[in-house]
Amino acid sequence: MGKRIGMEVAVAVAEAVGLCNIDMAAVYPITPQSHIAEHLSDLVADGRIDAEFVTVESEHSAMSAVIGASGAGARSYTATSSQGLMYMHELLPIASAMRLPICMAIANRAVSGPLNILNDHTDIMPQRDSGWISIFVENGQEAIDMSIMSFKIAEHKDVMLPVNVNIDGFQLTHMVEPFEMPTQEEVNQFLPPFVPHATLHPSKPVTMGAFAMSDYFAEIMKAKDEAIKNSKKVIVDVWDEWAKMFGRKYQPVETYQVEDADVLMLTMGSMGETAQIAIDELRAKGVKAGLVKLRLWRPFPLAEIKAVLKNVKKLIVTDRAISFGGPGGPVFSEVKSALYAEAKRPLIYNYIYGLGGRDMAVKDFAGMFEKVLADTTNQESDTYEFWGVRE
Amino acid sequence: MALKTWKELPIGCVVSEPGSASEYHTGSWRSQRPIWKNEKCIKCGICYVYCPEGCVQQTEDGFFQANLDYCKGCGICAHECWPHAISMVEEG
Repeated sequence: MGKRIGMEVAVAVAEAVGLCNIDMAAVYPITPQSHIAEHLSDLVADGRIDAEFVTVESEHSAMSAVIGASGAGARSYTATSSQGLMYMHELLPIASAMRLPICMAIANRAVSGPLNILNDHTDIMPQRDSGWISIFVENGQEAIDMSIMSFKIAEHKDVMLPVNVNIDGFQLTHMVEPFEMPTQEEVNQFLPPFVPHATLHPSKPVTMGAFAMSDYFAEIMKAKDEAIKNSKKVIVDVWDEWAKMFGRKYQPVETYQVEDADVLMLTMGSMGETAQIAIDELRAKGVKAGLVKLRLWRPFPLAEIKAVLKNVKKLIVTDRAISFGGPGGPVFSEVKSALYAEAKRPLIYNYIYGLGGRDMAVKDFAGMFEKVLADTTNQESDTYEFWGVRE
Repeated sequence: MALKTWKELPIGCVVSEPGSASEYHTGSWRSQRPIWKNEKCIKCGICYVYCPEGCVQQTEDGFFQANLDYCKGCGICAHECWPHAISMVEEG
């Protein structure tokens, strides 16, 4: 069993990645991810890990470097945030199409403009369709656990896809939290060596990322879609294995007080913990409120979401991003679409909140429940609202 | 050659046969083909140098021709040929 320590989450993520026997990292620093870049660089410079730290001039180069290194058979890691992720954008679907098991931390931060360095999910949402496995964490312990597990998921022979772990910027990255850091021996036991599906080597020349015309493009897209859909089984298996070894259990959809709930709230990321306190307060007042936490964004856990949500009367979906001129927040769209074919489905309310680091207190979450319960004519369902915006 | 189904594709569509791109005949894209008038050709080879496909070949008598399996009909050879020995002709 690992030692219980207190550490800043971003530093701890770098420490955890340092336990994963990576061969290389190419990380361009950007607030609020910079401490991951700095600490990984320290680990290499101090000789604590045997890996190359490639000092690139941009995030576009960082992603290009990890694609090349992963193609050469190296266990490769990167991390970014906001504008850096936007700058990587064109390479993300290339990494997944080439089925390169790159692992990346995203310290989620609002996308400019206006320029803002604080937390929301507007950076990851435009990357939704890039073919990456996308995981959200709620606290520092999860950030460490998911970072280590991401290598095992990505490199599994039935997956071979890149994984991003979303860690809310500042709210998580800059918190000093107590957690249990696995030991090197434990990680060695958990994480097998990387066996690539193909490697770039002169002794056996191959082409990766070749050209494909209309006669093959659709088949390649279908193969990628099947691969990411099938990855869910491996993700759940790896999480179960982790639970057996470390005692911390993770599921694609987690629930809190849902059994007898009249109204449920769905969150993704660090805000789940604040929302959970609101549930406790509401329960103490006799309100049957419950919470659903979405941990796996891609592949989207359709069956699990349906199973949890179909019998509740009212559902609040919270979003930390907006699809301008669209149906509302991206999580809202996804959940609504998942429930469309169900005979019984809840009225769904959508609140866009916590944008650009806007603070959310327990009373804000409680306020959402109160507003939804007060909507007796159901007029506000199937619409979205910017929570707390000044009118 | 039968086209592969999505299930038959190698992971990540890795191409394990070096040089297999030559099996793909880009000449099928062509709508015009270059025709050389050897009486105007001074054998300078500028068509050979400028061809972006590398499909212009010199024959034993020193004149030039395009390998029509790969010539996309871009017309750069005809544009660059200053003695005007090359003309682009519509494909039937």
